[in-house]
Amino acid sequence: MSNSSNIKQVAPPEGFSGEGFFATKLSEVVGLARANSMWPLPFATSCCGIEYMATMAATYDIGRFGSERMSFSPRQADMLLVMGTIAKKMAPILRQVYEQMAEPKWVIAVGACASSGGVFDTYSVLQGIDKVIPVDVYVPGCPPRPEQILDGILELQNIVKNESVRRRSSEEYKELLNSYNIK
Amino acid sequence: MSDLLLVPEERFQKEIDHIRKTEGVELSILNLGPTHPATHGIFQNILLMDGEKIIDGEGTVGYIHRAFEKIAENRPFYQINVLTDRLNYCSSPINNTGWWMTVEKALGIEIPKRVQYMRVIIMELARIADHIICSSVMGVDTGALTGFLYVMQYREKIYEIYEEICGARLTTNMGRIGGFEREWSEAAWKKLDEFLAEFPAVWKEFEDMLSRNRIFMDRTIGAGAVDAEMAMSYGFTGPNLRAAGVDYDIRVASPYCSYEDFEFDIPVGQNGDCYDRFCVRNAEVWESMKIIRQALEKMPEGPYHADVPDYYLPPKEEVYNNMEALIYHFKIVMGEIPVPNTEVYHSVEGGNGELGFYLITNGSRVPYRLHFRRPCFIYYQAFNEIVKGRSLSDAIITLSSMNVIAGELDC
Amino acid sequence: MSLTNENIQQTLSREFTPHVENFHILHDMLAFEARKEHSFEVLKFLKENPELNFNFLTDVCGIHYPDYEEDRQFCVVYHLHNWFDNIRIRVKVFLPAANPEIESIVSLYAGANWQERETYDFYGIVFKNHPQLKRILNMDEMESFPLRKEFPLEDQGRTDKDDRFFGRTGPNC
Repeated sequence: MSNSSNIKQVAPPEGFSGEGFFATKLSEVVGLARANSMWPLPFATSCCGIEYMATMAATYDIGRFGSERMSFSPRQADMLLVMGTIAKKMAPILRQVYEQMAEPKWVIAVGACASSGGVFDTYSVLQGIDKVIPVDVYVPGCPPRPEQILDGILELQNIVKNESVRRRSSEEYKELLNSYNIK
Repeated sequence: MSDLLLVPEERFQKEIDHIRKTEGVELSILNLGPTHPATHGIFQNILLMDGEKIIDGEGTVGYIHRAFEKIAENRPFYQINVLTDRLNYCSSPINNTGWWMTVEKALGIEIPKRVQYMRVIIMELARIADHIICSSVMGVDTGALTGFLYVMQYREKIYEIYEEICGARLTTNMGRIGGFEREWSEAAWKKLDEFLAEFPAVWKEFEDMLSRNRIFMDRTIGAGAVDAEMAMSYGFTGPNLRAAGVDYDIRVASPYCSYEDFEFDIPVGQNGDCYDRFCVRNAEVWESMKIIRQALEKMPEGPYHADVPDYYLPPKEEVYNNMEALIYHFKIVMGEIPVPNTEVYHSVEGGNGELGFYLITNGSRVPYRLHFRRPCFIYYQAFNEIVKGRSLSDAIITLSSMNVIAGELDC
Repeated sequence: MSLTNENIQQTLSREFTPHVENFHILHDMLAFEARKEHSFEVLKFLKENPELNFNFLTDVCGIHYPDYEEDRQFCVVYHLHNWFDNIRIRVKVFLPAANPEIESIVSLYAGANWQERETYDFYGIVFKNHPQLKRILNMDEMESFPLRKEFPLEDQGRTDKDDRFFGRTGPNC
């Protein structure tokens, strides 16, 4: 057993418990399950990708937050981590990968280049991936420290925990996808 | 219009139709990339396959073209350093130092001995960091994830040393015209000594895990072999060329930054295959540690930057109290620095080979033209020739052993 | 007798005058200009002559000089390196603005392939007899040549950045 004395126990969601059961809302349970097992698709294009490799490695260990398995196949991934500069040549491929992901899916734009083009205000660089796909969390930095990337992932976990189960079939979500011309 | 100008999928489709008619064999097209597992970088290869065997291939690059050369025509010299970080981002200090040496050559500035030794230490540390990534990712590609997780902890230690020196982990933006921005702190020297004490045992363990491992050897020996003639013709430099048997290293051939004061060997391979590239890089890490130890022993006393008030920002206390320093500060930031009309080409031995900077100045504070001679771009052209006739798994391990860094490929 | 810049200049002048001119030494590197009609022969001579023996092509790049005369507006610069005597040399070939064409050297050095494609992509300089002259870094559909001086750095169609904050007066203000 651990000798640490300052372990914070996370409170369970609101619910009604009895002998051998715990009743709560479906959205809470689904939110908990989704948030603590987000499989990332590391879409690493440049320098931020190397900081992601450091986040994935032993010192900062993204696995302890549930992202143990890096899925390079879009079908099996929950969150798309776009790390690095996206050039205009790359944008259609990013879109194709996003469309291939199965719902529910979330996107984190890691780094200044993915968020807004970064240092590269040029003719060939897409000024932020939110020009082609909807983004949930933006992580600033050039490159962001691993702690910052983990902070972004925790922020996303918060969003996921509190997301309604019906979101993906709602009108607003369909409108959002339509505004990006994503089917 | 020649077939080669078509998009590769169209060209290969014509080939498939032709072969189906003439030989009755059904070939297929495989798209490798641009997104790769194990976060290699962004480049695409369309391969024409006969089952597992590769008949032909064509690469497409430019998926991360950030127009560095165009940006450089609009930025003063100290802002271009930020761009050079992002060329081979696994070993940013080498790119930074190479750029400062080019600018100092153009401006005609002499660098004190101490600064040169400090630059050597930081460049060799960056070379170790680059080879840590390349060798461990070769392990990951053959299925050995443990090596990567193990040695990345030591790359974290190198990041801590960079942080003590310049404040950043990966894209260091290190140095100024004439030297370093501050003297290295006590903590930096201490961390450097600790790293040199702990890392050799770790690197030996990593090498032992893979170099005599039956599976690793079977995967890499013979895969992606390049002979010396082909390598020189394609413009290979760096570990890829040395693995083919040619002992060309710029640090020895045209020593810069006091490399002639240090004794080190150039590891050379025989067959130019993936195993040789792996072994050459591992051996270079030992040589780099040797160089760092020698530099630490022989470190001379002196200032941490050259005495060039025209180009090097004066300390802030003087700017607030001294009229001359204030004027220099103003002139440097506004760009009224004396820049001659000249052309200079300078190259350094980067993690992947000869990283060259061709700078044309015309008296203004921004370059007229800056061209980066990027080793990855030049040797990646040979990739499709190298993997012709081999299997797909050989192509994957060749790709990772050639250490193609997308930032350097596309610039 | 080891190779020096003077020997190289003498040998080249002997063989190729008046197609080579303007020899000058900048930061210990010999540089000269070759006429575009004979650029291939000059480079072939530099490579294959047993005395000169420039076995390695270091770099090929282009430059745009819009302020020079009409027939000297583009320039292709070759950097060659002789590993045996450790001498580098720079060859500059000026091309006219109207029709910048030059002979490709892929048959001499295989490494020139992508570098010439990059120069074509950036400047529009056509390399005759190049096996595969198409764009390499920019998108295939792009019509203009971005590194020419008249082409702007920033994407003029971007709406999220206000050029006033960068001290520029452009369409995005």
